[in-house]
Amino acid sequence: MYYSQFLSRVCMPHAVLLQPKESWNSSKSNDEIIVGHCTKVPRNSNLEKLRSGYLFPEISRHESEHLQKNPDASLIRLGIGDTTQPIPDTITLAMAEQVRGLSTIQGYRGYGAEQGNMALRKAIAGKFYQDMGIKANEIFVSDGAQCDISRLQMLLGSNVTVAVQDPSFPAYIDSSVVVGQAGELEEETGKYGNIIYMNCGPENDFFPDLSTIPRTDIIFLCSPNNPTGHAASWQQLKQLVEFAEANGSIIVHDSAYAAYIRDGSPRSIFAIPGAKEVAIEISSFSKFAGFTGVRLGWTVVPEELLYSNGFPVIKDFNRIVCTCFNGASNIAQAGGLACLSTDGYHDLCKVIDYYMENAKILVDGFTSLGWKVYGGKNAPYIWVHFPGMSSWNVFAEILKKTNIVTVPGRGFGPAGEEYIRVSAFGQRQNILEAIRRLNSFL
Amino acid sequence: MSLMNNLSTSMISSSSSTFLAPTSFNSRTQSVSVPLKNINIVKCVATPQEQQNAYKTKVSRNANIAKLQAGYLFPEVARRRAAHLLKYPNAQVISLGIGDTTEPIPDVITSAMSKRSHALSTLEGYSGYGAEQGEKALRAALASTFYRNLGIEDDDIFVSDGAKCDISRLQVVFGSSVTMAVQDPSYPAYVDSSVIMGQTGQFQKDVEKYGNIEYMRCTPENGFFPDLSKVARTDIIFFCSPNNPTGAAATREQLTRLVKFAKDNGSIIVYDSAYAMYMSDDNPRSIFEIPGAKEVAIETSSFSKYAGFTGVRLGWTVVPKQLLFSDGFPVAKDFNRIICTCFNGASNIAQAGGLACLSPEGLEAMQEVIGFYKENTKIIVETFNSLGFKVYGGKNAPYVWVHFPGRNSWDVFSEILEKTHIVTTPGSGFGPGGEGFIRVSAFGHRENVLEACRRFEQLYN
Repeated sequence: MYYSQFLSRVCMPHAVLLQPKESWNSSKSNDEIIVGHCTKVPRNSNLEKLRSGYLFPEISRHESEHLQKNPDASLIRLGIGDTTQPIPDTITLAMAEQVRGLSTIQGYRGYGAEQGNMALRKAIAGKFYQDMGIKANEIFVSDGAQCDISRLQMLLGSNVTVAVQDPSFPAYIDSSVVVGQAGELEEETGKYGNIIYMNCGPENDFFPDLSTIPRTDIIFLCSPNNPTGHAASWQQLKQLVEFAEANGSIIVHDSAYAAYIRDGSPRSIFAIPGAKEVAIEISSFSKFAGFTGVRLGWTVVPEELLYSNGFPVIKDFNRIVCTCFNGASNIAQAGGLACLSTDGYHDLCKVIDYYMENAKILVDGFTSLGWKVYGGKNAPYIWVHFPGMSSWNVFAEILKKTNIVTVPGRGFGPAGEEYIRVSAFGQRQNILEAIRRLNSFL
Repeated sequence: MSLMNNLSTSMISSSSSTFLAPTSFNSRTQSVSVPLKNINIVKCVATPQEQQNAYKTKVSRNANIAKLQAGYLFPEVARRRAAHLLKYPNAQVISLGIGDTTEPIPDVITSAMSKRSHALSTLEGYSGYGAEQGEKALRAALASTFYRNLGIEDDDIFVSDGAKCDISRLQVVFGSSVTMAVQDPSYPAYVDSSVIMGQTGQFQKDVEKYGNIEYMRCTPENGFFPDLSKVARTDIIFFCSPNNPTGAAATREQLTRLVKFAKDNGSIIVYDSAYAMYMSDDNPRSIFEIPGAKEVAIETSSFSKYAGFTGVRLGWTVVPKQLLFSDGFPVAKDFNRIICTCFNGASNIAQAGGLACLSPEGLEAMQEVIGFYKENTKIIVETFNSLGFKVYGGKNAPYVWVHFPGRNSWDVFSEILEKTHIVTTPGSGFGPGGEGFIRVSAFGHRENVLEACRRFEQLYN
């Protein structure tokens, strides 16, 4: 991913000379001057509240800068959680077949249902929600969880209150700011005024102490967690569902890493009785099938989930999907269907095993160096504690000294400070080399 | 409270719904929030009694969405089509409603996508996350194909999964505090996304307009170009040319006036050029052909109607560096932030197809398919002309805008559907300015278009 360097030119010779404001994000724009016609359209004040670029393009940017300074560096990328292993043949064959069909009269497909192909919706229901009472028509196929998070925010609107885990995947907070839910950023704490941050650390087993959490309309929970790797237990999720019931809240449960669970923890919020009345679940083929570039995911909105006036949330979500979206690519959907076939799923589990073997190597590696390591057991992320240190500094040191890209924990929220996230995607030899380099450095 | 009627049924099966060839499987489902009247295809999720006792969260429904009057237009048309099929299971329905492409995608394009698919199974060819803004080669190809010599650079172009999605992302960039103007009639996504974002007031039933939107009437009398002297200033102006649904293509002179209007008012034009390649006349194909446009306009476009990518999903939006908010902040920076936060790039396979589309062979192949649809359009125009109708559009766009003076367009839609089994789109679905018109789209197999015209002749002779 690249961050466009586009403020490099002076425009038309109008008499408007502007000094860029300090608040225009942290990239290299501070010394550029814009000359040109200004429209009279006010900038969206919500976007002004975002202090820097989105986390992962920022990581890319640091990577690029490092490479520019060290062109011969052999970079090992354990930063952005980008899958690296090829997609199994069964699946790409299905996509190629769909593609070839598009050149024929019988196989040509135009617009698909915005909610997704029914065969795929049924397959998702059958594979992941068997016995949980989730029906195909409650499943909405998308081009990925990141997009769904924003569509959910559009659905919910600016007047709802939101709670997120701290640390958490940055899209929940950023999308909340963009939509106008978040309030002002408090510089000292690094927190947005209207968002409730549910601290998750070793002291509470990386699950929020719900007795300390005030009511919010929406609760974002990711399990297995990005970035901490913690998979919530059945008991923990039950507590959460009860908490939501008691408060009349809606849980948005992100289960993008469910396929990585090894210890029998619940793979869906809907494994918990009562969850259908209080939860939405989002998920993705990205980390499950290596579809990070192919783009496919889904969101489950149960029919039982109702707004305070009794209106079903699913009807409004459907309206959003029909108005703001036009369906996931039919090629990706053909791939998705193959992912859920017996052979496809079997092949994908092997890839996941490969990444989890990487994770084990990383966990063992950091542990043997004397660091406290979390995660890596039910998710492809290792959460390493560097007590008393600034995570951006640790990130920079590691990058400089070992040419390994990680992600500073602070990027996931204030409680991520002192931690580094190391992702377990990568070629085995790179993972092993990374451990070797860390041994000499740390 | 309305019942969960139609969400539990999947009604359309492809085999019964097409005529002469299983063409575009229109699997658009019927999930719209419209109170159903005489459709007996409902399956209730819960009885009214159960629903009264059903658990409710304490989360308030988004009041903006509540302002929407009915389902989005095209699923509504699909719903009526499906209901018609239930009523007449043996009817040979011809779809000239939703603008859905029907002709196969040329080989040169699909072979590139096939190749990319296979490559994803190899170590050398595997790619994960792509740049959210799109693959460099594709951005470069778009710049050189459509914006050569217009001063638009590769990095002004953002590849997407389609114009409809881009429209909503643009609305997210603009936020709820901006005012907007649309043509009347216009593609419904502009208005609907505006309502959802909270830019509008309530729907006013007497005039069929949302409060706070400036509707720029486009009629035969004004050549389907708004009288700008009567248009109030708004922050954003949505303009589509060639136009969906009227087919009108704005001239250089008209667009020059529009750009000046935007300049004088400090407005931003969102120019939808999804049908530019259908232009026959010598009109601008891009707003950026007009001097000064880079400081006042964004352009959005799509591979949907050029390459038959309606299901493959690929489009793009151009945000020039010169386009600035009132405080001097570049719009492109905020658009980029939204792309990075709310989106994760168009499918890499679709992008490989897009690149092939823009090769010399691909462009030629696309021109051929476009030519085919344009021939369809000509046939439809001639039919309605010969039947004595006042017909508009059809020359620069794959849509024919037929006038039925004094008649309610949903009634005409229903009558046509009932009597000829042809699906069209009622003009009022595009805004109050569409009342009295029917949009006939020209996508379809030639035999179907010819048969449809025969049926129109029968009905109206």
